[in-house]
Amino acid sequence: MDLALTREEEAFRAEARAWLDAHVPAVAPPSLETAEGFAAHRAWEAELAADGWSVVDWPARYGGRECGLIRWLLFEEEYYAAGAPGRVNQNGIGLLGPTLLEHGTEEQRARVLPPMARGATVWAQAWSEPEAGSDLASLRARAVRTAGGWLLSGQKTWSSRAAFADRAFGLFRSDPDAPQPHQGLTYVMFDLRAPGVTVRPIGRLDGKPAFAELFLDEVFVPDEDVIGAPGQGWRIAMSTAANERGLTLRSPGRFLASADRLYGLWRAQGSPPESAARVADALVGARAHQLFTYAAASRFLAGERLGPESSLNKVFWSEYDIALHETALDLLGEDGERADTEWAERYVFSLAGPIYAGTNEIQRDIVAERLLGLPKGRR
Amino acid sequence: MRFLLDAEQRAFAGSLDALLTAAGTPKAVREWSRGDHAGGRALWSRLADAGVFALAVPEEYEGLGPRPVDLAVAFVELGRHAVPGPLVETVTAAALIRAPGPAKRLLPALAAGGSVATVAYEGAYALDGDLADVRLSVGPGGVRLAPGHDPVRPSLDPARRLTRLRPGGELLAAGPPPPEALLLARLTTAAQALGVGLALLERTVGYVRRRTQFGVAVGSFQAVKHRLADARMALEFARPLVLGAAVTMAPADVAAAKVSACEAAYACARTALQLHGAIGYTQEYDLSLWLTKARALRTAWGTPQECRADVLAAHG
Repeated sequence: MDLALTREEEAFRAEARAWLDAHVPAVAPPSLETAEGFAAHRAWEAELAADGWSVVDWPARYGGRECGLIRWLLFEEEYYAAGAPGRVNQNGIGLLGPTLLEHGTEEQRARVLPPMARGATVWAQAWSEPEAGSDLASLRARAVRTAGGWLLSGQKTWSSRAAFADRAFGLFRSDPDAPQPHQGLTYVMFDLRAPGVTVRPIGRLDGKPAFAELFLDEVFVPDEDVIGAPGQGWRIAMSTAANERGLTLRSPGRFLASADRLYGLWRAQGSPPESAARVADALVGARAHQLFTYAAASRFLAGERLGPESSLNKVFWSEYDIALHETALDLLGEDGERADTEWAERYVFSLAGPIYAGTNEIQRDIVAERLLGLPKGRR
Repeated sequence: MRFLLDAEQRAFAGSLDALLTAAGTPKAVREWSRGDHAGGRALWSRLADAGVFALAVPEEYEGLGPRPVDLAVAFVELGRHAVPGPLVETVTAAALIRAPGPAKRLLPALAAGGSVATVAYEGAYALDGDLADVRLSVGPGGVRLAPGHDPVRPSLDPARRLTRLRPGGELLAAGPPPPEALLLARLTTAAQALGVGLALLERTVGYVRRRTQFGVAVGSFQAVKHRLADARMALEFARPLVLGAAVTMAPADVAAAKVSACEAAYACARTALQLHGAIGYTQEYDLSLWLTKARALRTAWGTPQECRADVLAAHG
């Protein structure tokens, strides 16, 4: 049992730090939930990719360094410690990318992954529908067979990044006669600018168009943009949902950096003793999340598959993130009310955490039923 | 990096679990609470034979240590089974006594289980000072062998018997105590608390699966499930802090482990009590052995406030 890094891992960390020191913009770009900020963040992705830092854990032929899980975690720690911009293509590189690496064809990987890696194609998610939120398997948007592909029709909503993104991926019902709701679903990629697609941006709590509704009217998707076999979409989506909730959506580096910033704010405000416990808990929680992730990574590298414990992780970090930002706003006093601070932007972002990627209520059900072995009941 | 227990450590935990399950620990705990230490001392000897105390004693004094990771593994099991006695204090004493003379005289018996130690800061409560063979008083001037103790005061956890040590006594080591010994006290308390929390969760999950109301198991109700999911989450995030602290023995890590494990264990206690209902509120039901210990361990070897202050002080 050890936490030691090899000399090569330390060297990798130092190389990442040096590159970030030289390249991270001194002035943070505008919010990525605005047109101007989205473009700036897209340009940043290209800058990362030009030197091979955008998808460090991917195979080299798609733009990565094949650095492995431990080095990816180290990169993330350095990335967020350096105060580098948020990743506008997180949906792509964190969710669709791993899905293609696991379930895609070689043709799909070669075609889709390199432009994703350099931010040339930015991806949105298309899971939820007006009547299918937590009960995602009840989704109704259809994929109907046509010559050479499928026609998508229906409505998706809460589609993160879709206001400015290029393409989207999600599940569609291809076999309405399947016996179970989660059967007969197909995982597809589609162009947000294709004929038949209408994107209506939705302002989140602070008004920024962080997500959108998608109206689809017989949108043609060629067979080459179906991931896995038609009808197998649920299984494929769930295999990477564990990724999203677990290891890769929110790396420990993010929270270590946030906790450190919070500590700095507390000191700058004169170390008020009434906030000491909350600031200490932020530091403790970031370390807990880091060590929890190291343990999960070690198990993964020892050949174990990560299962429902990713639900514990998702509940932990999403609630941790809100508590940390609430503490920051309280420390700011009357400036905590201002909308034009970096803390305010991050606070608003954190509020969505317990809702997306499967609500925390659903995650607690998963923990209770699959980790604790409690009987299923009425939700 | 391989932040995982190895096969030998998992087997060690398994063997302690089997030993303590077979030994009928709750009976020994209840006797201990009444001042009858015979059953507890027999259990102590078996733990010593399994190597638990030797893990804190250096090899030159017939020990195997110091091995903080293995100690953490062992103390999780001791907490899971609510083992009574000054367990933390005995391994702390083993780490406090450094000078060759006293070490040669006292440590082999601590490793072998023939002797039990308690330790306290000057003026603070020493656990089970009435039965301890070695009573150490720790002050800025050094570590002394206390000459005796005041009458026993009751703890909220009946198995913990609080005593103040009498001042004076033989000076075993001059100067401030080695910080790593006090870190070991905090670490093993954290591990013990984690074990207490795990036992509370395990017993409560078992209970809500068996207990039916309205014709179904109460564990099928979402309000019940979500409380238990939160308890599991608190424990699963405290566990790596405890093991990580054992690996690094850094003061901030040990303080973080202590506050997290104790908060998690206490949250489990509140959840366990609530979900058991009235039966959980009785002393007769064995759940009480863990419920009360979860409260007591919170303030032992570093209150939550002291631990948080240490985390902040180290961050700088």
